[in-house]
Amino acid sequence: MKPKSQRLILLVTAIAAVVVAVLLAMWGLRDRASYFYTPADIAAGKAGQGQAMRLGGMVERGSVQRQPDGVTIRFVVTDGKARTPVVYRGIAPDLFREGSGAVAEGRLENGTFVADTILAKHDERYMPPELGNLAAERKAGKTLEK
Amino acid sequence: MIAETGLAALWLAAALAALQLVLMIVALRTDVPVARTMRSIAAVQGSLTLVAFTMLLLMFARTDLSAALVFENSHSAKPFVYKVAAAWGNHEGSMLLWVTVLAVAGAFLAWLSRRTTERTLIAALGAQAALALGFYAFLLAASNPFARLNPAPLDGRGFNPLLQDPGLAFHPPTLYFGYVGLSVAFSLAVGALLTGEVDSRLARAMRPWVLAAWILLTLGITAGSYWAYYELGWGGWWFWDPVENASLMPWLAASALLHSINVLAARGALKAWTMMLAVVAFSMSMVGTFLVRSGILTSVHAFAIDPERGTFLLALLAVYVGAAFALFAWRGAALKEGAPFELVSRESGLVINNLLLSVILAIVFLGTLYPLFVEALSGQKLSVGAPYFNTVAGPLALGLAALVGVGPLLAWRREPRPVLRKLTVPALLGVTALVVTVILAPDIAILPRLALTVAAFLAAASMLPLVGRNPVRAPLATWGMVVAHFGVAVALAGMAANAAFTSERLAVVRTGETLSVGPWVLQLQGVTPAAGKNWTAIEGELVATRGQGLVTLKPQTRYFSNPPTETNEAAIETFWNGQLYTVIGKPDASGAWQLRLWWKPFVTLIWAGGGLVALGGAIALFGRLWRVRGRRRREPNWRDRYA
Repeated sequence: MKPKSQRLILLVTAIAAVVVAVLLAMWGLRDRASYFYTPADIAAGKAGQGQAMRLGGMVERGSVQRQPDGVTIRFVVTDGKARTPVVYRGIAPDLFREGSGAVAEGRLENGTFVADTILAKHDERYMPPELGNLAAERKAGKTLEK
Repeated sequence: MIAETGLAALWLAAALAALQLVLMIVALRTDVPVARTMRSIAAVQGSLTLVAFTMLLLMFARTDLSAALVFENSHSAKPFVYKVAAAWGNHEGSMLLWVTVLAVAGAFLAWLSRRTTERTLIAALGAQAALALGFYAFLLAASNPFARLNPAPLDGRGFNPLLQDPGLAFHPPTLYFGYVGLSVAFSLAVGALLTGEVDSRLARAMRPWVLAAWILLTLGITAGSYWAYYELGWGGWWFWDPVENASLMPWLAASALLHSINVLAARGALKAWTMMLAVVAFSMSMVGTFLVRSGILTSVHAFAIDPERGTFLLALLAVYVGAAFALFAWRGAALKEGAPFELVSRESGLVINNLLLSVILAIVFLGTLYPLFVEALSGQKLSVGAPYFNTVAGPLALGLAALVGVGPLLAWRREPRPVLRKLTVPALLGVTALVVTVILAPDIAILPRLALTVAAFLAAASMLPLVGRNPVRAPLATWGMVVAHFGVAVALAGMAANAAFTSERLAVVRTGETLSVGPWVLQLQGVTPAAGKNWTAIEGELVATRGQGLVTLKPQTRYFSNPPTETNEAAIETFWNGQLYTVIGKPDASGAWQLRLWWKPFVTLIWAGGGLVALGGAIALFGRLWRVRGRRRREPNWRDRYA
């Protein structure tokens, strides 16, 4: 093989590989990305049943109920505009408490959010950006009310 | 005075980096001899950053609360080790560590590299200085680690307790050494593109740096994975968290570079491609730093929530990557292609390795950045996790692992013999593994089953380069390759076994009750309070047995007061064939305790494999450097030729 045609072949395969990678990624991202919703979004019907998603908001005070099996909890996530019931089987993470922020991963089934994982605020200073934005919005809302 | 000394050292180092850059431009345009001066400047610059970093360590070791950084990130009631580790467990400190490594690497490059020509070395030192200059500017303008507080507060704010762990003392610095080691490959590539001297000598000069960086990245990723596994208490070893991806991407690029550099060193081919990979590898390090340090991610690691810094880092990234690619476009086309090769040859095998690694890299890159793009464009928030990465990149990685067994058997330039015949034994082993898993475990998912098959095949195939020759006389580089490739098989087997055979149990038990998971029966003996230096805890006592012998496990939930936080400390017991992993949760109203138990067969192979891969790299690096030493002894005047 001549060096020149060899270089051309290499160039073409490299470009083909990049194109393949982008196509694969686009195909994968189309239905494997999980979107973030608030209870208000869910009330407005923006989220489809059964699709993987994240739900974020505050854990409503007095809503956490331990089920008789001891390992399942039910609670309500609210963003001040709407409420979404959540069911979760597992050990709730560190710093998961009522009146505090949480993000749940899972899907909607008959209006209830079935969570596979719960991410809570990690410490007093750090919180997931989604929750940070919610808190900022709420602060802004309060200032307007005043 | 400590903080002021550190700050002064940093400013001086920045000034020297600027001087180094100017000298490089002078040297490339005129014949003024500057090599010696540049070497000295690089050495002094590296030493000054070491001084600055030592001052930072001193500040933290003495809990000097008049320093803003110490106040924000430490507390007088912390164990000493974590006081020191807190120095780099925060934004400013870790950026200072980053430039320190960058500048010290530059100094080592200046004094140790004798393989490139002087012009290329000068150009590379200039490029290294340009890199350092941007990060000095970032530190001094937007992330000063030495800022003072007046009046000094009474005590510090404390430190994220998740990070109060031996893993922290080891994991981030290791990754940083790896990230920044790739900067030398970047600078050498930029230097060689400037002078047009892209040849096998350059590849040999670059190779030890890439190998060393790659070994450290491998160790850092392996340690980070184990840290997340035992510290987060979720029983997983890889979460496809953007911060993990930030370390995986440079590793993938460095792995590709490591293989293509051998083609350049041995055959003088793949010149443009190798230079491109050297640029991409360090670009990925900078992308990783940007992702972690700009605070735009949902992650434990993102503690700098500050848009100004993010913009600064993004600008630095754009300038360096943009300039390097522009240089590549300008000079890359003029490179002469090296020795030709046939379709079935070692070179082709390595090209395929590179293409697959690049495709996987692109998939991880796009999946990691996609949520950021979508949010920036539409405001819609989303996350991309395991379902995407495993489905899209998993099969490609398996294909690559299978080809790892084939590539090393091919000869350079042209493979005259039918290679497939050599692979009979490994192929039989793979098929056996497939049949055995189908019979014994008919229900496991397709990907873990194929992974076990490939792992069995590769474990045998990776040994073939040593078969039929005297293993004692085989070069250390060959040994290193064999060990690293065998490590891939081991890690793959661990991942597959964990995915396929893990048993999990979640239950509520009272003291005295028993519970089973996998082959194990566990009894909760009691729950008692415990305390450490800056935490209190409740500690469960579990006694486990699987027929014979008893094992006691003590999982804890710890409460930290500064800042108020609780963490789960999993209790993990390791056996030759797996790990028993236990987590204790909260009590319910009746006084029964939540327990989460896992039996994870052969999960330890994941990290053992990672360790073997790094060990293989270390053997190869040692072998390469040893040979150079031998050559220098035989030619005592080697230094005069290049000095």
